[in-house]
Amino acid sequence: MTGDLEVALRKRRDAGGRAFVPYVTGGLDGVDADLLRGLAAAGADAIEVGIPFSDPVMDGGVIQEASRRALEAGTRPEDVLRTIHGASVDVPVAVMTYFNPVLRHGVRAFLDDAADAGVAGVIVPDLPVDEADDVAAACRSAGVAPVFLAAPGTSPQRLRAIAGVAAGFVYCVATYGVTGEREALSGTAAQVVEALRPLTDLPLLVGVGIGTPEQAAEACRFADGVVVGSALVRPLLGGDPDAAVRLAGAFRDAVPS
Amino acid sequence: MSVTAPTLPDARGRFGRFGGRYVPEILIPALDELAIAWSDLRDDAAFRGELDALLRDYVGRPSPLTFASRLSDALGYRIWLKREDLNHTGAHKINNTLGQVLLARRLGKRRIIAETGAGMHGVATATASALFGLPCVVYMGEEDTVRQAPNVARMQLLGAEVVTVTSGSRTLKDAMNEAMRDWAASVRETHYVIGSVAGPHPFPVLVREFQRVIGEETRSQLRDVEGRDPDAVVACVGGGSNAMGIFAAFVGAPDVRLIGVEAGGRGDGPGEHCRSLTLGEPGVLHGSLSYLLQDEDGQVLPTHSISAGLDYPGVGPEHSYLKESGRAEYVAATDAQALEGFQALARNEGILPALEPAHAIGWLLTRPLPDGSLVVVNVSGRGDKDLETVRTALGVDAVATP
Repeated sequence: MTGDLEVALRKRRDAGGRAFVPYVTGGLDGVDADLLRGLAAAGADAIEVGIPFSDPVMDGGVIQEASRRALEAGTRPEDVLRTIHGASVDVPVAVMTYFNPVLRHGVRAFLDDAADAGVAGVIVPDLPVDEADDVAAACRSAGVAPVFLAAPGTSPQRLRAIAGVAAGFVYCVATYGVTGEREALSGTAAQVVEALRPLTDLPLLVGVGIGTPEQAAEACRFADGVVVGSALVRPLLGGDPDAAVRLAGAFRDAVPS
Repeated sequence: MSVTAPTLPDARGRFGRFGGRYVPEILIPALDELAIAWSDLRDDAAFRGELDALLRDYVGRPSPLTFASRLSDALGYRIWLKREDLNHTGAHKINNTLGQVLLARRLGKRRIIAETGAGMHGVATATASALFGLPCVVYMGEEDTVRQAPNVARMQLLGAEVVTVTSGSRTLKDAMNEAMRDWAASVRETHYVIGSVAGPHPFPVLVREFQRVIGEETRSQLRDVEGRDPDAVVACVGGGSNAMGIFAAFVGAPDVRLIGVEAGGRGDGPGEHCRSLTLGEPGVLHGSLSYLLQDEDGQVLPTHSISAGLDYPGVGPEHSYLKESGRAEYVAATDAQALEGFQALARNEGILPALEPAHAIGWLLTRPLPDGSLVVVNVSGRGDKDLETVRTALGVDAVATP
């Protein structure tokens, strides 16, 4: 199972293309099995689904609002896993959440449950690599790929540690700040990718601040793909899942296949 | 003043199993930089000298230790009050903000941000920023900007920008979320002055060491007047900085009981109180593992306290360690008990305390200690900011009747 995520992303890269990974907040109205299937049909190489947390410090306004609404609707972690399981899309799915829901459920149990639901990877943005021994071990045992974040300013020593533990892909944070669209792709995105490239053969995907298909195309000149979140969640907040799927299609068109 | 070399936290910022650094990778370089700067400067004579001079000439330290004679007679204890309310800006918070802003200058940071609940930490940060000519932004939950309006005005007059936070419960927790988001974007030029012994390593140790002066002074002052250590040290606990500051000097004196008083709010149900240590379970919020009020999915619960400064679902990790090791005891006082404590100190001693330390007094009014106990209470701040809240709660008319 660990292979799933990495295999899919490598396959795209080996064929000369770049990966497109959309993010949606689980439990938000409109985020259901149909939407996940729609994103897969629109050409996603993998899908990232958020398990909402009450205090998402790495997220900007759009995903904060999506998380708030999902929690207000009573969304629980197992609901999100059930949606993923029920959708049984033909591309790998990674879950993104914060560390406290994982810890509360029990690190081992959380990852086992995720694996049972068909989850291929896990992203925990407030769990830096030096606090992640337990999660990494539980990931190995459950067959779920631990995806870690590398950021502008991450030291070479820490980049090596991240490259050594990560699986699936490395999430290269494009810019200083939290999730949300930006006017332009930050110059720091390329620096993170270039610093990591000699240290690992894992796919290197850029995320945080990729707001338009043009910015995605620009990032794909140096990265192996992109993660796109807030831009796709925005139409979902507006109650228009079809628009989110159409926008995903536009991103796919801009990202080399 | 003697400074005992503390053994905790360890190099990874752990107090036993508590603490750590659970933050996005983007913030790690700044935390590393801060930890290194702190270890270089904590025993640096020039840095200590600069800070000590500020504490003496600007803050007015040492703060007095006042014997509470009428309250002592009424309760059958010998009660001494550590008067942090008499510091410049009216609370203990200034001890930490001056230290951190001095550190920030050494790090070459050009901008200061902070979160605040009751506004005392915001005022103290705005003050230190003004003193050193640094721009300052303070994040404050919308609910707190209303109930602590005088402190919003003070911060603005001191030149700080106050950003009203409208997410979540619109209190201290959400202000801290927003400050962390700002810091993630601005970390290269900005220092985040965390106001409590919470947050990721090295903040819990940094803030404890800047607040340790409370405990060191208390111990020496009490020995001068009583010739011995107290039987008990009592302090309110929200995030826990005033308590950690006064406890720090006594942790190594096993005969001294350390008692932290949490905000019991209006009941034991979810959302009714801020009793993270007495009713919560370990979890991760704002960068460290510590006791936390959370639901079965790990979502952070809403909180309530009459005092904005204690209205927080978490607590500093060292308090969690002191609780589990048994070295400190944690209890609670309700909103109503805090109001009783407020009035007791006002009418017996002529001191209007902040509602936060009024919880410690309110707990003492239940006479929970053996007769004749020698007790020190940390009066962490003054009550001016709370007058409206207290008057409303007590049903006192806004205009005095003729």
